[in-house]
Formats: sequence, C-alpha cells, structure tokens
Amino acid sequence: MSSTTKKTDNPFHDASLNKRHFKAKAFKVFTITSIIFSVSFLLFFLGDMVYKGLPAFKQSYIQIDVSYSEKSLASTRQAIDKKYRRVVSRSWLRNIPRQVEANPELMNTTQTRWVLLNHQVDQYLKGHYYKVKAKQLKLIDAMLAGGQVELQFNTIFFTHGDSKIPENSGFKSAIIGSILTLIVMMLVAFPLGVMTAVYLEEFAPDNRWTQLIEVNINNLAAIPSILFGLLGLAVFITLFGMPRSSPLVGGLTLALMTLPIIIVSSRAALRSVPDSIRQAGYGLGLTKIQVVQDHVIPLAFPGIMTGAIIGLAHAMGETAPLIIIGMIAFIPDTPTSIFEAATVMPAQLFTWAGMPERAYIERTAAGIMVLISVLITLNAFAIYLRKKFEVKW
Amino acid sequence: MKQETDTKIQVRDLNLYYGDNHALHGINMDIQENKITALIGPSGCGKSTFLRCLNRMNDLIASVSIEGDVIVDQKNIYDKDVDEVAVRKRIGMVFQQPNPFPKSIYENVSYAPIKHGIVKKGAECDELVKKSLIQAGLWEEVKDKLAEPGTSLSGGQQQRLCIARTIAVQPDVILMDEPTSALDPISTEKIEALMLELKKEYTIIIVTHNMQQAGRVADMTAFFHMGDLIEYAETETIFINPVQKKTEDYITGRFG
Repeated sequence: MSSTTKKTDNPFHDASLNKRHFKAKAFKVFTITSIIFSVSFLLFFLGDMVYKGLPAFKQSYIQIDVSYSEKSLASTRQAIDKKYRRVVSRSWLRNIPRQVEANPELMNTTQTRWVLLNHQVDQYLKGHYYKVKAKQLKLIDAMLAGGQVELQFNTIFFTHGDSKIPENSGFKSAIIGSILTLIVMMLVAFPLGVMTAVYLEEFAPDNRWTQLIEVNINNLAAIPSILFGLLGLAVFITLFGMPRSSPLVGGLTLALMTLPIIIVSSRAALRSVPDSIRQAGYGLGLTKIQVVQDHVIPLAFPGIMTGAIIGLAHAMGETAPLIIIGMIAFIPDTPTSIFEAATVMPAQLFTWAGMPERAYIERTAAGIMVLISVLITLNAFAIYLRKKFEVKW
Repeated sequence: MKQETDTKIQVRDLNLYYGDNHALHGINMDIQENKITALIGPSGCGKSTFLRCLNRMNDLIASVSIEGDVIVDQKNIYDKDVDEVAVRKRIGMVFQQPNPFPKSIYENVSYAPIKHGIVKKGAECDELVKKSLIQAGLWEEVKDKLAEPGTSLSGGQQQRLCIARTIAVQPDVILMDEPTSALDPISTEKIEALMLELKKEYTIIIVTHNMQQAGRVADMTAFFHMGDLIEYAETETIFINPVQKKTEDYITGRFG
C-alpha cells in the first residue's frame, strides 16, 4: 500500500480514455452551442419586436379647443385654431360631424378636447425620424412642457381597420378576419381530417386504393402552400363563384392545406391506441362503431388535438395562399360575416411592412406581437381542451 | 337441467389458413357444457388460433380464411346468416394481458350490457354490475371505488375485472387465452379458483402454457401440435396415460 501510486500501477489505467472523454465533451459543447444559438436568435427576434412594437401601443394627443358650429361642420379644418392645423390628424377632424351626430348638444359650443396628432408629430415625440417644420416643433415642445401634449394608450389600433392615414390605422379588421377564417378552416378541416383518419386506420381494407390515398395524403402535406391558393382561386372563386377575399374562401383554402397535417397526426394517434382495447371490445360482442367511437377515439383524442393545434398554428401564420385569393386587399372595414371581404393578420403585416411611413413600421412590430399573443392564447386553449379530455390509464 | 355430458360446441373439419400458411388441419372436437377444457401445446401449435375460431375473432384478420363448421347449439356459427357480433356476445373472451377499457370500474362492467340492451341505466344496471363483480370475486375489493379507472387496479384485479365484464354480458361460453400468464402466483390462484366456480354456469375453454394449471383446473385437455389436434381426452388420461407418443413427450418435458 504505497501512497505514491504511479499511473502504470493503476489497474484501470487506459491510455485511450482521455481522448475518448475529450470527444464526448467536445460533442456536448457542440450541442449546447447550437441550443444557445437558436435561443439567442429567438430572444433577439422577440426583443427587437417588443422594442420596435411597444411605442405603437401609445399614440400622441394634444389638448386644444374644438368649436362645433355650422362652419366647422362644413369645413372641419375651421373647428380648430389655425396654428394647430398642421399638427393634428386629418382623420380626427374628419370625424367631427359624426361626433355632433352622436351628441347633438355639442352644436354651437366649444369644447377642450384631446385631439389626435398626425403621425409625423407622433414620430417626433417618440424620438424617430420625422418631417415637421420648425414652427410647429416649437409649438409642440411648448405644449409638451405645459402637459397639453401627451402619449395616451392607442385604442385606435384595436378599434380601427387599416387606413392610408398612419395614425388612424388599426389591426382590428385583420384580427376579426383571421378569427373568421380560422373558424371556417377548423369547421371544415377538423371533422374531415379526423373522419378520414378514422376510416383509413380503422375501417379501410389494405389494398391498392387505400395505399394510393395514403401516398397522396403524404404528398399533399409537402405541397408549397401557394399552390393551394391557386387551387382555391380556381375552384372556390372561379368555379363555384364564392365571394373573393372572403374568410369563407380563405378558410376553405387553408382547410385544404391543413387537412393532410390533421390526417397524418390523427392516424398516428389512432395507431398508438393499443390493439388490446379493440380486442376487448370485439370480445364482448361490440360492433365496430361502438369500439371505435367509445374506446379508441377517446384514447386517441389528445394526439388528434395536438395535430389540430399544429395545423391551426400553421394556418394562422399562412399568407401566400391568401394573397392569391385576394385577402391582401386594402380592407378598412371590419368584416361582420364570412362572406365579406377581409384580410388576415399576416397579410396585414405584409401590407404594412411595405409602407414608406415610419408609423407603419412600429405598427408592423406591434401587429406581430398581437399575432403571437393570439397564437399563444389559441394554443393554450387547445392544450387545456386536450388535458380536459385526456383519459388517465 | 342439462346432463353433464351435453356437448356445447362441435367442431367439424376445421381448417384455417393465414394466407397460404395452413395453420389448422381438419380439427374435430366436441366441447362439453359446464366443463373446463384446456388447450395445451408448444408455442405456434395453433391452440390460440383455434380458440379464436370459436367466437370468430379471426374474422378481424384480413388474411385468414376458414373452412369447416363450428356448431354451437345446433347452429354453425360460420353460416352466412350468423352475425359475428352476436356470436361474440354469446361466446365471451378474456385475453392474456388484462385489458380493461380506459374507463371507470363501473363503466368497464356496464358498458357492453347497456349497448346490448340487457339492462337499462340505473338501478337495474347497478344490480348487474354488483352481481358480475361478486361472481368475479372482485366486489369486496372495489365496492367503494367503482368510479375509479379500471387501470388503477393491480394486474390480477384487472384480469378479474375483465372476467366480470365478460360475464356481465351473460354469455354461454367463456374463452380464456392464457389468462394468468401475465400474473403472479397469488393472482393466478385466485383466477383458477374463480374458473372452478364459474364452470357451474358457463362452459370454459382455456389456452394455457402452464401444464400444472391444466392439471389443476381442466376437466378435459386437448393437446395441439403443429396445427393438428394430437390427442383430446379427460385431463387425467392425458397426463397419466396418454395414447400418443407426442403427447407423452410433451407432458414429460421432452420438447416444447
């Protein structure tokens, strides 16, 4: 028992081990690096979006006197003092007759109001590039010091549709359009997809025909989405004469695109239900439909829901096929039915991203934040549903 | 009351093919009512396949084709005018792995009787569930937790739940495909005692790998080998004084 053991005395000594351990460590470093890379990209993207988008949730207002009279109704510019005419928003002034209509007592009075500033002044106040004359800047700075100019929560963003006046543009019509489109999509794709999967997995004989169908479903999942847009245009709009740009056509087109995703994942979920459950049912003299409906589908349901969630998220971010069927159009009004012209969130973002005014840039970023929030909310809801229906066993 | 020696199932020239593979060769067998008949033999000898012919479970496999007659109560169950679902209601089945439905203990037992219209939901159904669980020797263990999932029970309890579920449909015949091979010795003992109890009311046919089990519970034993029924006689005869050399070799452990 010597206290100074040499390397060679160690019966477990293996010269090649150092090298092998080094390889394992190096591999571990590579894997961690790739995770750090992807997480940092994601964080950078999110951080950038929040940084650029947050200002859009605030909008600049100015507190000035507004006179409601016959004169100002005829020419709304007359409602405010001359010196403010170059800083306030055209869209706010345009709204004056409607204010009187809603509240006739305003007539022949002068009220102190928070009036929307135009987007150039707004950008100046937020510290971005602006085009405002020195005379107006002086006025704004003075009123800012006096507390008569301030940034207020931007309700317009959530209550208005798109507009060519940047400070008047909002995301509402796109949000409603997206929701209507996705409802149509899910109503069509979910039952069709699940029924197809159940037939192929539980009822279909294994022959040439079903194999052909299987191959085609797998191929459909790999088709570029813009081709579904062309299909939607040719079939739903040209052949069936459905209204262009409508959530109906958009939803049907996205349903075509999402169907293979739902079918493939539902089949996988059904296949993972152990055969012993089916045997147990048949052994008791149950019919096929009783076995499938009451014992197989409940077990497969969480998996089916997962497929539906993936399909939904996929469809929500989809733009290309919707451009083809006209959902990229300028839609200021919020659709009230699935037959009216509408746009969807990603298409609205696409439009705004191409606009020259600075104000649209922050709105694009803010829109992305809304899109992601809606997506997360929908996913959370679907996960809740999945947990609720999950059968413990 | 029927006599003890009444024949419940007559199998006549039963041939079964998996595609081109001839798996059962002209089986002839009379299975007696209210007796336990054990099917033994080495793996792949066709005993499970034969068992599944008796309630048309093989119909579920597309490649299977069957010739011959299986006559239950004077009616060939393979006749064109016989629905296999009705056959399986009269001839229930218990499987190797306990396979309760992913539902509560109560629903496991009540599901099929309600679907068959044997009972209606409510007191009548409660009574049937209780009766079936008592018959399966499980009532005392589960009476306070009928709403818990069937899968929360132990393996042996699950298997007895599966038996309760089968007798709740009120079949004439119970087929058991190695019902204890996934269970520990104590659970096995309980199931065997249960079988001896159940044969008073039901005709039981059991496939087993365990020859001691066949010796313990079976009245009649059939020895299968390579798709042939080699020998079929009273259990004692098979074990003590078999006619066929192959049977003797298998029983004494020379192969299999």
